[in-house]
Formats: sequence, C-alpha cells, structure tokens
Amino acid sequence: MTRTEIRITGFGGQGVVLCGYVIGRACAIHAGQHATMIQSFGPEARGSSCSATLVVSDAPVLYPYIRRPDVFVVMSNDGYEKYAEEIKDDAVIVYEQDLVHPTPKPGQRTYGVPSTRIAEQLGRALIQNIVMLGFFGAVTRIVPRQEMREAVRNSVPAGTEELNLKAFEAGWTWYDEQYGTRGSAAMAAPASTG
Amino acid sequence: MTAEPSGVLTGIHYLDGDFACGEGAMAAGCRFVAGYPITPSTEVVERIGRRFPMMGGIFIQMEDELASMAAIVGAAWTGTKTMTVTSGPGFSLMMENIGLAAMMEVPCVVVNVQRGGPSTGLPTMVGQADVMQARWGSHGDYPIIALCPQSPQEAFDLTVEAFNLAETWRTPVLLLMDECVGHMTEKVVIPPASEIRVVNRRLTDKKPEAYRPYEPDERGVPEFARVGDGYRFHATGLTHDERGYPIMTAECQARTVRRLVDKVRKNADRIVRFEEQDVEGADVVVLAYGITARVARAAIDMARAQGVKVGFLRLVVLWPFPEAKIRELAARIRAFVVPEINLGQLVLEVERCAGGQARTCGVPHAGGGVHDPEEICRVILEAAQ
Repeated sequence: MTRTEIRITGFGGQGVVLCGYVIGRACAIHAGQHATMIQSFGPEARGSSCSATLVVSDAPVLYPYIRRPDVFVVMSNDGYEKYAEEIKDDAVIVYEQDLVHPTPKPGQRTYGVPSTRIAEQLGRALIQNIVMLGFFGAVTRIVPRQEMREAVRNSVPAGTEELNLKAFEAGWTWYDEQYGTRGSAAMAAPASTG
Repeated sequence: MTAEPSGVLTGIHYLDGDFACGEGAMAAGCRFVAGYPITPSTEVVERIGRRFPMMGGIFIQMEDELASMAAIVGAAWTGTKTMTVTSGPGFSLMMENIGLAAMMEVPCVVVNVQRGGPSTGLPTMVGQADVMQARWGSHGDYPIIALCPQSPQEAFDLTVEAFNLAETWRTPVLLLMDECVGHMTEKVVIPPASEIRVVNRRLTDKKPEAYRPYEPDERGVPEFARVGDGYRFHATGLTHDERGYPIMTAECQARTVRRLVDKVRKNADRIVRFEEQDVEGADVVVLAYGITARVARAAIDMARAQGVKVGFLRLVVLWPFPEAKIRELAARIRAFVVPEINLGQLVLEVERCAGGQARTCGVPHAGGGVHDPEEICRVILEAAQ
C-alpha cells in the first residue's frame, strides 16, 4: 500500500481549499485512487492562515488525518512557519517563491514558482491557486496531466474554465522550464501504514 | 418504490459528509427541512437550501432548534418527508419534541453532526459523546433508531436509509454523524434514481368513518392519514387511545407505550445492522462506529502484524443495539475492545450484553480529535493477554 500525505497552506482567500479539492478530485475520481481531504475548520478569517490536508492512497484511507506530510504546498510564509516542523525529513516543498522563504532540512527538496506573478500576468491574481496546482502536478506527477486538467475543468465555476486551464498550464510549464520535464519522483516516497 | 428522479444527483462526486447527507435526504424524497445553523452541521442545510428550489422543496431557517424540531413534526403530518439538522447544543434543545414525535408516531429524520461537548464545547472539532443522549435524551420510554456513517458515501447511503426506517416504523430516526465525517471530502457515488430504494409510509385506504389514527397494523405501526385528506384527526403528546384522544389511565399507558417501544424492540432484528470481519476464531473483537471504525481498522492491522487474532464488528445502526450479536460473541471470545470518542458510553452496552462472559475494555477519548491507532492497538494487545 502507498500512502501519501499532503499539506496545503496559505492565507484565507488564496484558494487553499479549492487547490486541495482539485487534487483530491483528480486522484479519487479521475485517477481511480482513494483521496480524503480535510480542510482546517478553525475560526479563520480571510487573510489569516488556512490549511487543507489530503491523504492519497491506492487502498481505502482508514486514518483520515495527516501526521508527517510527504508533500508540503505553501503559499504564505506564516503557513510555512506554522507547519514546517511536521513535514517529513525527505518531504517535497512546493512554494510560492515571492512570498515564502523556505529553510529546508538536508534531504528536503524545494520547488518554487512565482504563482501570484504568473496569475497577475494572465489577468487575475485570483487564479494563483490553479497556477500553483499546475506546478504541483508537474512536480509530483501524482496523477497524469490530462486527469488533473479534467479535475480543474470540473471544479471551477462555470465560465472560468478556460482561464483556469491557462493558469494550470502556466504552472506546469514553469516547472518544465525551470526544473526539466521528468518530475521529482516525489510520489515514490516510502509507504507507511494507516 | 424507487427514488423520485428530481431529487437525485446521479453521478460520481467529490463531496464532504455534510453535502452527501443533504443529497441523501433529497434522494430519499425529503422536501421539507427546518433548521438553525450550527457548526459543524451547517453545510447540510447550505446544500439543501441551494438545491431545494429545483425540486419544489421548502427550507426554513427557524428561530432556534426547539422550533426547528417542532416544524418538522408538524410538516410531516401533511405526508411530506421532513428533516432537521444540528449539533450537540441544538440536539439538546430538540429533545422534548423528539419525544413528541415518538409519542405521536411522526416519521422524521434528525441529523446530529457530533462535535466535542458538553455545552458549546468544541464547535469545529469531532466528538462521539451524544450516543447515550441519542438513546435516552427525551423523557419517558420511547423507541429510537440511530445510524452512524463512517464516510461521506455512507452519509449519503444512511441518510436514505434513515428516511426509509422512519417511514417504515413511523418514528423519529437519528443520523449520528460526527464532525470528522461531516467535514471530510471523499468520492461519493450517487446511483440512478431507479436503483435507490425508497420507502413511503403506509397510507390508510380505510373510509374516514372507519379510520382510527392509532390502530396498529400487524407490525404494530398505525396507518397514516395525511392532514387535509378528509380524515378526522387528533394528535397529542398525552397518552392516547386508538382514536388519538387522551386517556389518563395506567391501562392505556401500558398499551400505548408498550406498543411504541415494541415497534423497535420486537423488530430489532429487522433494524439492527452491522458489519463483521474475521470474528471467527478471534480472541479479541474490536467494536467501533463512525469515524472511529476506520481508525480502529488501522489499529487492527497493527495488532494482526503482531500475531493477535482480532475480529472487527462495525455498528452501522447503534440503536437498537445488537444485543444478540454481542451475547453470541461474548460466549466465544476473550475480550471486546471498544474505542469511542467519549469517556465511555457504548462500551457500557457492550459490557451489559457480554454479561461477564468476556472482558470489555474501553478506549476512551475526550474529543477534539480521533484516536491514535497505536493507542487502540496497545489496548488490543493488552486485551489479548
């Protein structure tokens, strides 16, 4: 059994939960895996820290919460500081490079993307989360590109599909241009139980 | 009967437990919901509020939970399937009218997405400490049925089932969800309407002059007449005879209340539902429900890896309690292990039914999180000694 734990964090309003939802949907519906998403339900207000977690597995997910994430998607520096300690020693850190300044442990791999800047260039800062999602997809190859695209198309508000798919492609392309086209093999993390 | 297609969102979805519960209600044919928003249950009525206009349903945000419960009891007399949704503090306020629904034999569904208590407790965090309140929270002797989903998929399936049970037995049915399942998003498959089994209350075909509202059929359940269909109608929380009129005698009390209680008690084998895994030859059986059932299975995997023969009994229906099953198991195993997110509730029922034949080991948790599987595994290993 493989079990991959993911933490996504950022400010409230950055689209953290939708980002987690699309990943979960891609895995559970489009790629035939099991994916349990839980969003933080603290009394967060817009602008404060917000988080979503995912457990992705080839077997039904029993324990629904994450303990030591394999992948850490960070869109705010506050979020980084809040959760950096919990992640695995060999975790993959995917971050908004203009907003987050990671200080990884040896063994942790970091992948940065200026997702807000790219979103602004596409015309709407709001789609920053989907740029990040495209970049995350390219880094982790958690599901094939086409399936993640389908999940985006089926998750965003009607009428915004084209813009969001552009954002998704821009994020994926950033990875290809900056880090090559092979993916980080992040999902080959050792299996844990639960 | 099968489901009315207008209420069924057939397809493969990625939904949280609250949304899935709302979809289950609509698929079951619920068309009247009254509620007062409370975390972590609000998403159920948000979903219903958004979708009800498309199928002619009515949602009313009431002034409080007393009124919410009263509204669904009243509306059910029109023949409509009704539901309310709440969490611990609201559930406490609903107790009086849950008793009224039981006494007047009104089919309705009450969803309690359990959070940490007592009082306002932990609004955004999980608990399973309303299990005994669900059984005994209203005064007097009365029947109750309670179901407990372990996933968003089951939140859908068991909400449909809750309505079917309410309609079959003319009694309030509780869906005891928990915050973790309510706020967890997973794949939910909603079948075509033609594949969803739906039960509707048995309407009387007697002539109005021959109809007596509380005359039981062969199952002990009276036939229903909708208000406005031309039948003489009297419903009261007072002890009543078969005409529905108050009779204040010990004899009438015995006849009425025994029949109410026996509807569920004597038909328990038709209502009780559980899943068992590897109980044959087991030394220890873990009994769990709701989100804790999933965590317990992770613990069972750990214990098996250490060579312990562990079986698993997952309760889908908590009330009525599977007394016969527990007795049968108690005669041939060494111990039960009962993890639950409270400080010891259903474990008392297990202990009662085990009757000293097998040890009973609780694994309490005060709420605000789920157990660590390691903690449950440790108790399994101790129990196997």
